[in-house]
Amino acid sequence: MGINENVLFTTLDNVVNWGRRSALWPMTFGLACCAIEMIAAGCSRYDTDRFGIVFRPTPRQSDVMIVAGTMTKKMAPAVKRLYDQMPDPKWVIAMGGCASAGGPFNTYSVVQGSDLVVPVDIYIPGCPPRPEALLYGFLQLQEKIRREMPSVLAKFKS
Amino acid sequence: MEVNEIEIEKDKDKVLSEHPVLVQKIKSRFGKSIVETVIFRGEITHVIETRDIADVCSFLKYDQDFQFNFLSDLIGTDCRPLNSFFEVVYQLYSIPYKYRIRLKVRVKEGEHVPSVTSVWQCANFAEREAFDMVGVVFDGHPDLKRIYMPPDWEGYPLRKDYPLVGYKDEYNPCGVEKKQ
Repeated sequence: MGINENVLFTTLDNVVNWGRRSALWPMTFGLACCAIEMIAAGCSRYDTDRFGIVFRPTPRQSDVMIVAGTMTKKMAPAVKRLYDQMPDPKWVIAMGGCASAGGPFNTYSVVQGSDLVVPVDIYIPGCPPRPEALLYGFLQLQEKIRREMPSVLAKFKS
Repeated sequence: MEVNEIEIEKDKDKVLSEHPVLVQKIKSRFGKSIVETVIFRGEITHVIETRDIADVCSFLKYDQDFQFNFLSDLIGTDCRPLNSFFEVVYQLYSIPYKYRIRLKVRVKEGEHVPSVTSVWQCANFAEREAFDMVGVVFDGHPDLKRIYMPPDWEGYPLRKDYPLVGYKDEYNPCGVEKKQ
């Protein structure tokens, strides 16, 4: 075996992005009926584990927050607090119409889109979205992470 | 008389003949407290004077002819702008006799209603809901605070003059501007 088959060349960004997107750990956190579809996506029929997506029951070990369902104004401070408890780097998926834009609930008690509370990366339409849609959202998020440039971001942050 | 009016009258007679105790006994005991009695589609509704509601309720629960031991629901209603009052509606059920009856209390803005938590424990949360949503205040309630809305919420969302889409704030950019 020659040296050509044993040495790989890549950029640091590629390696970091590969690591980040291959083990996206979402937080076990649901607000309404979308959470049922999220649970179904995590169970054996759709099985998010094969993408390295493993649900974690604590924000401290999570990379992704799935806002799954209608966010009420009463719940919004709690969602913000959970988001703040997650370590960087972190991403947010707004799952379903309610989390994306308030859905059918243009009422006094509902937050009109979770992007008013936390920065959202991926919006998934549907009411509720099927597990396939959630998986597609995760794949889109992986694609988004693949194109990130952590080294450049680090310069801006420091 | 139109046809459906005749049917309503027949209906009234049927209810009165089947369960006379639900109207007559209550009327003979609390004649002065009853503002109005409506029988419609086999449902009996007594409108009670506000100050007497707790007495009427405890009588209906503990009297052997009624035993209304189950408060199905307690609802606050905003009757404006058609009328100038709020209503509190009590849906009672008697498990031993299978009777159902409805009591109503009419209150103006700022008036208080005696709490029925001493009669039925389950009135606790229902009265808190009526307070939260329409702003009816219950005297004698052990812990009258908001139940659905956050504790610092302003206004009562199910009142008719509260905008459906809510007021404009950080969570609702398309809400109604609050009048200063």
